[in-house]
Amino acid sequence: MATAHSRSAARLMISPAVLLLLGWMLIPLSMTLYFSFLRYNLLMPGAHDFIGFMNYRFFLTDPAFFSALINTLLLVGGVLVITVFGGVLLAILLDQPMWGQGIVRVLVIAPFFVMPTVSALVWKNMFMNPVNGLFANIFRALGMQPFDFLGQAPLASIILIVSWGWLPFATLILLTALQSLDRDQLEAAEMDGAGPLSRFFHIMLPHLARAITVVVLIQTIFLLSVFAEILVTTNGGPGYATTNITYLVYAQSLLQFDVGGGSAGGIVAVILANIVAIFLMRMIGKNLDV
Amino acid sequence: MGHISLNQITKTFGNVQVIPPLDLEIEDGEFIVFVGPSGCGKSTLLRLIAGLEDVTSGEIKIDGRDATETPPAKRGLAMVFQSYALYPHMSVRKNIAFPLKMAGFDKAEIDRKIDDAARVLNLTDYLDRRPGQLSGGQRQRVAIGRAIVREPAAFLFDEPLSNLDAALRVNMRLEISELHNKLETTMIYVTHDQVEAMTMADRIVVLRAGIIEQVGTPLELYSKPRNLFVAGFIGSPKMNFIEGAVAERRDAAKVGIRPEHMQLSLEEGRWEGTVSVSEHLGSDTFLHVETERAGMLTARADGEFPVRHGDRVFLTPQDDKIHRFDAEGMALS
Repeated sequence: MATAHSRSAARLMISPAVLLLLGWMLIPLSMTLYFSFLRYNLLMPGAHDFIGFMNYRFFLTDPAFFSALINTLLLVGGVLVITVFGGVLLAILLDQPMWGQGIVRVLVIAPFFVMPTVSALVWKNMFMNPVNGLFANIFRALGMQPFDFLGQAPLASIILIVSWGWLPFATLILLTALQSLDRDQLEAAEMDGAGPLSRFFHIMLPHLARAITVVVLIQTIFLLSVFAEILVTTNGGPGYATTNITYLVYAQSLLQFDVGGGSAGGIVAVILANIVAIFLMRMIGKNLDV
Repeated sequence: MGHISLNQITKTFGNVQVIPPLDLEIEDGEFIVFVGPSGCGKSTLLRLIAGLEDVTSGEIKIDGRDATETPPAKRGLAMVFQSYALYPHMSVRKNIAFPLKMAGFDKAEIDRKIDDAARVLNLTDYLDRRPGQLSGGQRQRVAIGRAIVREPAAFLFDEPLSNLDAALRVNMRLEISELHNKLETTMIYVTHDQVEAMTMADRIVVLRAGIIEQVGTPLELYSKPRNLFVAGFIGSPKMNFIEGAVAERRDAAKVGIRPEHMQLSLEEGRWEGTVSVSEHLGSDTFLHVETERAGMLTARADGEFPVRHGDRVFLTPQDDKIHRFDAEGMALS
């Protein structure tokens, strides 16, 4: 079938889809790029002058930028650590034959179906609220002072909330990987004198390496743009304590009405995401082609 | 040392008894083969000996010590799996080193043992490859290498050759037999292939539904099968079973005669029949003959026996090679 004729026909037929996708991606990107070089503030109608790299200078020298960058990295890193470690442990637990396995699996997967705004509101109002929250009640029942999670440890609290939402994803992928492990290998290792811990570190973990890579790559992409959880819980505060790059861009363009500045922030975020992606692929991408 | 004795062991999965009470003595240095059709419990029996399954009741002794509750690693046995069960992320060297590393040998000792094993198994050139880069036969040798470095009391083989192609299987069969002659260690070998069993074993254990039908040397099983099942299972092509007048004349419910124990002739003989299929293998010719007196029979003739579909032939059984069975299927002497 691979004649020159069929190949050119194939190209012709996929071209509408390719062009659509290309337009979908390129038009917003080039618009953003274009706006980022303009003085474009919604509070100052009139001419949109070309101002070169002024927007970038303002965005990058904004004291909020540096803390937003750190917050973004902490958020991504924290959630990754929690979900990968927790996911491996949960996957091993769910892989054991036990009573009610089907129901337990559904329950573990469930948080993934709760949308971020809802889960963040539930966490904020029902669990972490220092007056009415479940944790506050538990603390009081134990005779301790209730802890104001979102006030005292805002970033850690948001990491917890986001982790809760992403843990099922990691668990699901790692569980399927674990189930594809050849039982003979585990038995062979058992005969070779490997205890449970050695079997985990020498047989299971290497087998999971590829799945962990997939989890890290996919989650990083989504975690760089965490927004809803921050908006409904802390609004980026107190101060800039929970502002990440995404939230900073939002604040710039929609709270300060500075479209130009926000666009510059968006381009900076794209560049940062690509830097992170390059590092990730360098570090763990080699796991993917074994 | 590798004397293994099984004393009244049973195995039950749920409420299905896979192994009814079973006794077996395996002598030191013996090559013993468990053979039987699929689902006869031979792999389960091997896994019980290995310790990968717990016995429901009974006792396993290895070298006189009770090993019933001993974990697999402490039994001093090594197993070669049907799927090889190599660790895909480790090189051949690391695969073979794994049991030694787990046992806490020092580095120099490990290297020496790996080099020895690699030399015995012709793996020296492949030590730094991954299992994924090896052929089926090489992987099998790595699996054996991983077993021999532990210097176990006995080797357990669970259908190790069934994933290999026919030519390679014959080669590996020889290699394993040679290895046994060299190491003189007890080997327990599970297979469903009676040819493997006959060619390799010192003694064969024929199993059906978890019950030992007969234990004996290959030739004992061939010449003195204890019952119909063993008679039909050992030997290729299968023994012919004849009922009716032919059997009654010999005071038996059924008689059996192997294809190679019948004389073939184009002129005269005891049973006359028509050839329905003739299979020319070069060295032999297998004839499927429809006879009036004895029904459908398989007979072996020499390679140049000139018959085709539809020809008339005469078969004469050798009377001293006829096996007689009673109504329960047990052999009559």
